[in-house]
Amino acid sequence: MRKAILLDTSKCIACRGCQVACKNWNQLPAEDTVFNSNFENPPELSPITWMRVTFKEEMKDGKFKWYFGSDRCMHCTDAACMMVCPVGAIYRTETGSVNINYDKCIGCNYCVANCPFEAMSFDREANHPVKCTMCIDRTSNGLLPACVKACPAGALQYGDRDKLATRASARVAKLQAEGNNKAGVYGLEEVSGTGTMYVLENDPDYYGLPSADIQVPFKARAWNVIFKPLRVLAVIAVALGLWGNRSESKEIQDAASVAKGKES
Amino acid sequence: MTNHWGDYIYTDVFMNIGGNTAESHIISMKHIERAQRKGAKFIAVDPRFTHTAAIADIHVPIRSGTNLAYVCGLMNYIIQNERHQKEYVKHYTNATYLIHEDFDLDEETGYFSGVQDDPIRKCKKYDQTTWNYQRDAEGNVLRDMDMQDPNCVWQIMKRIYSKYTIKNVSDVTGCPEETLEKAYNLYSSTGEPGKAGNIMYALGITHFTHGAQNTRSLCVVQLMLGNMGIPGGGVNAQRGQSNVQGATDQAILYHIIPGYLGVPRAARHPDLATYLDVETPKVKECWWSNKPKYMVSLLKEFWGDNATAANDFCYDYFPKLDHRDHSQIPIYKNMGEGEVKGLICFAENPVVGGSSTKTKRDYQSKLDWFVCSDIFETESVAWWYEDGVNPKEIQTEVFMLPAAACLEREGTKANSSRWIQWMYKAQNPPGEARWDLQIAYELFSRLQDAYASGGGAFPEPITKLQWDYGMDGDKSQVDVVKVCRALNGYYTDGRPYEKSFVTNFVGLQDDGSTACGNWLYGGYYNNLKAPACQSRVTEAPGEGLGTQRGWSFAWPLNRRIVYNRCSADLEGKPWNPATQMFWWDNDGNLIADKNLDTPDWPGGWNTNFEQLRDFPFIMLPEGRGRLFAAAGAIADAPLPIHYETAESLFPNLFYPKATYNPVSERFYEDHVVETDEERARYPYIMNTYRCTEHYQTGIMTRNMPWLNEIAPELYIEMDPELASNLGIKPGDMVEIGSKRLYKDGKQGYIEARACVTERLQPFVVHGRKVHQVGMPFNWGYMGMNKGSITNDLSPSVGCAIVSTPEYKGFLCCIRKKEV
Repeated sequence: MRKAILLDTSKCIACRGCQVACKNWNQLPAEDTVFNSNFENPPELSPITWMRVTFKEEMKDGKFKWYFGSDRCMHCTDAACMMVCPVGAIYRTETGSVNINYDKCIGCNYCVANCPFEAMSFDREANHPVKCTMCIDRTSNGLLPACVKACPAGALQYGDRDKLATRASARVAKLQAEGNNKAGVYGLEEVSGTGTMYVLENDPDYYGLPSADIQVPFKARAWNVIFKPLRVLAVIAVALGLWGNRSESKEIQDAASVAKGKES
Repeated sequence: MTNHWGDYIYTDVFMNIGGNTAESHIISMKHIERAQRKGAKFIAVDPRFTHTAAIADIHVPIRSGTNLAYVCGLMNYIIQNERHQKEYVKHYTNATYLIHEDFDLDEETGYFSGVQDDPIRKCKKYDQTTWNYQRDAEGNVLRDMDMQDPNCVWQIMKRIYSKYTIKNVSDVTGCPEETLEKAYNLYSSTGEPGKAGNIMYALGITHFTHGAQNTRSLCVVQLMLGNMGIPGGGVNAQRGQSNVQGATDQAILYHIIPGYLGVPRAARHPDLATYLDVETPKVKECWWSNKPKYMVSLLKEFWGDNATAANDFCYDYFPKLDHRDHSQIPIYKNMGEGEVKGLICFAENPVVGGSSTKTKRDYQSKLDWFVCSDIFETESVAWWYEDGVNPKEIQTEVFMLPAAACLEREGTKANSSRWIQWMYKAQNPPGEARWDLQIAYELFSRLQDAYASGGGAFPEPITKLQWDYGMDGDKSQVDVVKVCRALNGYYTDGRPYEKSFVTNFVGLQDDGSTACGNWLYGGYYNNLKAPACQSRVTEAPGEGLGTQRGWSFAWPLNRRIVYNRCSADLEGKPWNPATQMFWWDNDGNLIADKNLDTPDWPGGWNTNFEQLRDFPFIMLPEGRGRLFAAAGAIADAPLPIHYETAESLFPNLFYPKATYNPVSERFYEDHVVETDEERARYPYIMNTYRCTEHYQTGIMTRNMPWLNEIAPELYIEMDPELASNLGIKPGDMVEIGSKRLYKDGKQGYIEARACVTERLQPFVVHGRKVHQVGMPFNWGYMGMNKGSITNDLSPSVGCAIVSTPEYKGFLCCIRKKEV
């Protein structure tokens, strides 16, 4: 049975317990941050930050609204990262989460470059990508994902994707009945359905999410269909991939070295 | 809390005032969300748009310090629109009681009748003669059951609150009229019998010179709406520190001794007979009429065999209080004046969490010695580390005792809703760190030995203390079970240890045959095999009322909802059959599911219904809830009315000649902003609070990298218009000053990052626009994450009743820091 994590943003109180629980369970070191006037911190995902809470303020017609969301791997059905991986290191688990086999990974970074949600980071030191695992190490032992376990507000839920999808739609129907016609479920259809779903109170861009007609990039599909079967070309492709993404890799490397500096 | 989170599920409307549940009491949200799923509405009253406001149905922004104007407005709305729970008000409160004919409130000065000068406290005090009930020749209180007599409490309230119209309240609080109307209308809808309204509050209510009045006003509202004593109702103080309830129960405050008994005062209570006479209500139905049993059992627990009826159970040995206030503000004042020579600080960080903390640090330097017990080196114990301080100039001898953290020790904690829960230790403390209890006990043992061998002026009160809690006679190792037994209570007739526990406080006596360290805890640990505080039986879903009576022990007597007699009408029919706890058959005999709750009336399970008709509130001599605090109940006003904060930009619009709370002690002269010239110098209203990520003074959390990552620096929140006026951009470093940092013609400042946000909006008060800013106070100069101490700004003025400093609603100046 495919599982999913559902974040009902209308219930989220942005305590960031999930964010700290993620770091705690995955033993990720803290980043060196500075004050951010909208409270988001760290400012983006990195090899040592796999999920974070997002904040957006809006004053409209004299009425203030505060939108809380999250930024993390979506565990897509049409997972671009899986498609582009030349060595099949990215795989789907029994619960439907998208995970990475580091024994197979060759560190080409092509998955990171193609993720439409920018939810993967490349750990330059370990030479492989990292991201939210949907706590496969916990769920396969009968525990809830760390973030869900920590949520005090009933905003995060984990369970059968079908059931959560129904629940999310019912919640949206209620929000709409209460007068919010912008409310919607995100992740039902996007990239053929995601393993991280959201009840949103406004358009996806309020939460830093790509618009609802998000598609897997054409180049990723092309790669998947045309080139991937030709494993002999993989090595060349990896070289191309690295070259194509060298500027981004450098950024990630910088972030990693900053983090490491703090650790030491 | 009068109730518990478990019964929040029956709440129809929540009102969170002076508290920020979603940021500071986060786990409560689990229960609130459950109620919201069932359709509960939520009102968040807060100057800022907070995380709590984000999940609320109505956000009511009021200027800091105007809670009373808002609540009095709600009372007026209830009275004018007859939204009160009529039967409840008539029979369960003192609304029908007649008050002395000369009772009055001066509409100019805001003084109640009987006002006098208090030269010692440099403020006003009240002669409360005119606050008495009218009585007949036999001493019975006169009542008007139609509530029409001009001297009855209801008519007095109607008169006094008539000026708190929505327009006037809007004018004072700065909250738009339509928002007030919406909130009042929604909350007062819980006055309908069968509906439950729940008021949650925290330090945004208590941190004022009129803090106790704020709290009382919430109780009055709940009585008016019949929300007290019912599932889903109540006045629910959300505690911030995990065991602060337990600390209060054990008399961490100076004006009480364990179990909320009044502290013996030298002048008022020269001997035991006088103490018991003065402190004990004469009405036998009132539960406090049992006070002598609790006091004598306490003395017996302290001095054991040495305490006998012949020597007043060693009452003379009990330390007596003088006439002065001994809360934190005056303790530090006395340090500065050289009267206090040494300080022991257990898990407290007063130079960050107190008021006017810059001055507090200066005063601390005058101490001869300072002992601190904590899990990290705090700002208080290491005040010479601060920039600009020369350690050579501090002669204080300092001792740091490493303490075990909460998961490294064994014992009980009491939560907000009075549950006393046993906690096993998870691991041993590191290094030389020890339990607080062990530290305290060894300190006691050594002092006792020192007095025994060295004598001293009056050694008996200490040498004769019989605190035999040592592990197998070893005074350096405390046996926590022995302490539990002492708190629970035991028989002193020499029966075997395991059989000596009293069942609960009903068994306590005033003849020395029982000993008990805290009567309220009676029953929580009444046997060795399966003490109630260790019980872990949960309710099956759908069973019970969420009261979870099988889980731990709630004082008193495992009662989960106090005043639960009020959940049914005069005839015993529950207001809401869906949440009924007790019901009676036609003969008046109680039929109840004993798993739901412990009855809160004299006689408990064995009482015939007729007997308890007139006494729904058993802790009060009246037996009825006090809308009006008649003579002797409280030193502050008998009915809550609006006073401005000590530092305010505005006169009191309700009582034009009023000062700030007239009975709040004036500790220092020239300490708060008083002149128009000063108001021009400090034109902004400051509100202080805690952020989610850091805990209290930050000692634990600022040493935690994951939390420093998400909350890396101290900040000041301000509205965009103010930021633009001052040329401040988001993230800029800003300097903030107050009168407390003004010295020798020079203004001192603290620093913080600017958080510019529309969550704060200027208020229009009496036609004038004012800006309010806000800062968390969780930073200091120690630990991994350092920042200015916000409380350097706050004034040392306190609540008239409990001296809690006014951390909120004071004035400040702000400027961009030049780089």
